[in-house]
Amino acid sequence: MTLVLDIFTVVLVAAGLLFFIVGTVGLLRLPDPLARLHALTKADNIGLGLLVLGLVPQAVVAGGGLEAVKMVAIWLLVQLSSGAVSQLMGDVAYHAAMTADPAAPDRSAHGEEPAP
Amino acid sequence: MSLLLDAILALLVLAAAVRVAAGGDGFARVVAFMGVGLLLGLIWVRLAAVDVALTEVAVGSGITGLVLLQAAADAPLTREREVGLLYHLCAGMVGLVVFAALAVVVLLLPDPAPSLAPDVVRALPATDLGNPVTGVLLVFRALDTLLETMVLLVALIGVWSLSPDRHWRRAPAPLWPAPPSGALDFLARVLVPIGALVGIYMFWAGADVPGGAFQGGAVLAAMALMAMMAGLSPVPAIGGAGLRLAVLAGPFAFLGVGIAGWFLAGAFLDYPEGFEKTVIIAVEVAITVSIAVTLALLVLGPPMGRKA
Repeated sequence: MTLVLDIFTVVLVAAGLLFFIVGTVGLLRLPDPLARLHALTKADNIGLGLLVLGLVPQAVVAGGGLEAVKMVAIWLLVQLSSGAVSQLMGDVAYHAAMTADPAAPDRSAHGEEPAP
Repeated sequence: MSLLLDAILALLVLAAAVRVAAGGDGFARVVAFMGVGLLLGLIWVRLAAVDVALTEVAVGSGITGLVLLQAAADAPLTREREVGLLYHLCAGMVGLVVFAALAVVVLLLPDPAPSLAPDVVRALPATDLGNPVTGVLLVFRALDTLLETMVLLVALIGVWSLSPDRHWRRAPAPLWPAPPSGALDFLARVLVPIGALVGIYMFWAGADVPGGAFQGGAVLAAMALMAMMAGLSPVPAIGGAGLRLAVLAGPFAFLGVGIAGWFLAGAFLDYPEGFEKTVIIAVEVAITVSIAVTLALLVLGPPMGRKA
């Protein structure tokens, strides 16, 4: 039984880490703020979700159900703040791009940060 | 395996610190500084100093980071050109000397290192506290904590004194000049009640597990700032009597308890026999309120027209 749980944990945590790696590569490589936010939120939402889901059985075995509930609560809070904050950042990036180049309203200037 | 993790953490802190010192965009450097704080928090956790980790992340990285971000936004680029090579060399030399001195001190420590920890653990039952860190902060080294709360108060007076006469007693400028957006409003409405609960819990749990007045107060301050950013709560005028009372409550309640100790228990900051836990909790409540209000006001800055 423990072996099954361990395999479950390893597979899900590995999948979660993959999302974080892809998200980080996207954050470094993608051309504009909106696309970078897109990469970042995937790592936050699915990556962290998989990590938490993978660690839940370990937490239940080691510390009982409350530890698992705490981890899920952390994931939900990160979901909440990451979703809202990327909306705000996207808003700022979008308006900065609009002011810089009104002809291309759906893309901000490539490779350039919007003015903070 | 854990050595690998520690080595990676140490290298990451060094890399982030170099990024902070390396120059360039002020905004990016402040973000790197906040990263240093978060990584240091992880290292404190690895050293089993969870109280320090919480304080480092909440106050050192979070609240201080916010203050620095505002400074970076107000004064966008400190020009590196104005600072000569000699200045960099001198700063580097000072850094090296401090580093070498610290290294010598740490490496020359006798083994086992001198420690007061056994004394603290022996005396802790008398305080009715379960968390030795809280015991040190509020009983054995209460004078240090009293002075810390006073330092915060003096810092706030210093910030307020930057206010021009015509704005004195008015409200500081809001942190978020843009019109309230749906996402921010939603985040504040959902997160602030949860965060306030977490802040109060951190303060309350501090008696027995890691946490306490500074950590809880910092979380409460962040929640107040978020409510103000979302426009759910007005930015308070610094002239208000209630607000000033909240700022003064902690330091002066602590000072009052200290002076009362002379008469009731025989020494400054000595707690009366049998009432230690009650007095400690009363002082902690007052300090937490004052820290929360003071930290939020430090971030808001002096009442003046800030550039949007």
